[in-house]
Amino acid sequence: MQNTSKIFSLIIKEYRYDWRSRSALSGILMYVFATVFICYLSFKNVIDIPTWNSLFWIIILFVAINAIAKSFMAESQALQLFYYSFLSPYHIIVSKIIYHAVLMFVLATLGAFIFTFFLGNPVQSYLQFSLALLLGSVSFSSCLTMISAIASRATNNPALLAVLGFPVLLPVLTVTIRFSKNAIDGLAWSVNQPYFILLLCLNALILALAYLLFPYLWRE
Amino acid sequence: MLKLSWWKWLCIVLIFYTLIEGFLGPVPALPILNETIRNLYFHVTMWFAMMILMTVSLVYSIKYLSKPLAHNDTVAEMSAKVGMLFGIIGILTGMIWAKNTWGAYWVNDAKLNGAAAALLVYTAYFILRNAIEDETKRARISSVYAIFAFTLMMVFIMVLPRMTDSLHPGNGGNPGFSTYDLDANMRKVFYPAVLGFTLLGIWIMQLKINIKKLQHFNDEQ
Repeated sequence: MQNTSKIFSLIIKEYRYDWRSRSALSGILMYVFATVFICYLSFKNVIDIPTWNSLFWIIILFVAINAIAKSFMAESQALQLFYYSFLSPYHIIVSKIIYHAVLMFVLATLGAFIFTFFLGNPVQSYLQFSLALLLGSVSFSSCLTMISAIASRATNNPALLAVLGFPVLLPVLTVTIRFSKNAIDGLAWSVNQPYFILLLCLNALILALAYLLFPYLWRE
Repeated sequence: MLKLSWWKWLCIVLIFYTLIEGFLGPVPALPILNETIRNLYFHVTMWFAMMILMTVSLVYSIKYLSKPLAHNDTVAEMSAKVGMLFGIIGILTGMIWAKNTWGAYWVNDAKLNGAAAALLVYTAYFILRNAIEDETKRARISSVYAIFAFTLMMVFIMVLPRMTDSLHPGNGGNPGFSTYDLDANMRKVFYPAVLGFTLLGIWIMQLKINIKKLQHFNDEQ
């Protein structure tokens, strides 16, 4: 009970922190809008479904990297000391992953709307596509939160998150793209089910690894 | 006379056996593959050795987190370095093979992309190691990354290619060599070759570890 309330208050804190410094949040929104707009200007109209799908997920990938990059960098030494004395590392990692998953889901949904507005919408099975958005957000969030914790421990090199993150994200990214492609084509659930189960397993694996490994990153 | 432990002699014997028997021994005459089938002894064994070395790296990273000794970290780092060397050779031999059988050096294929991704992970691991100055911190952080990334990479290489169709043997309805191509004659060379190249990898790794330890010792003096 106490754990849940601690995690919940940490999530609220993350939200307030982002909301207070609007520049960060609006920067990400601007990023989503600008990349889709650039695609619109360069492609004019995307008729090809695989291109639509891949383009969408690549944009979401870069949005995720930008949105999650700062999450550990922004916290001062004093704040970390405060956490250290009052909270366990599990509270921090779980709250960050949940917050980023929700943030990413909102951003991905928003991205899908902007994408639809500019580049049309070939999606046939909306239920499966939203499931792809949800699972994609959760896996991007758990992977990148963990990698961002690792990168923040190294010398402050903004490119490090991308360098460390891409190879780790490849498995979930490829499965998500395939799952989402099947959803857009409106294939039967029985076709898409293996990818869904695989994605769930991958997510469980990443979450378990993050949960087990984060305490070692945390103690300075 | 050079004094070597038994497994190093075994390694030398096995490598020479692989080279001689691999180039001269009998192989089944198959269309398209023709004599390139001999590459099996060199290309596939490289990946076996790389996966074993990656596992060593993973195990020693876990060991470092449970018991932070400098030795554990050195083994993890050096096995990753040798693993990357084997991975690069594996990719190069694979590319030569692909050019002669599929007609291109690179095809967009789950297995090949997995191989490229494995090299990416290794590169990222070394970049991370270079980005951290403090030694104990570097060891701890890179161990965490190694466990996280290598585990996911093994899933990527082992599980995902089995979900899709692939040109590469052993995936998606395309039978592996073990089912019919790999006849008894080839097995006699293939398994010793795997052992020989793995031992060679461990040997190189041991030398690198000793060099690093001596350098460390030198710095302290």
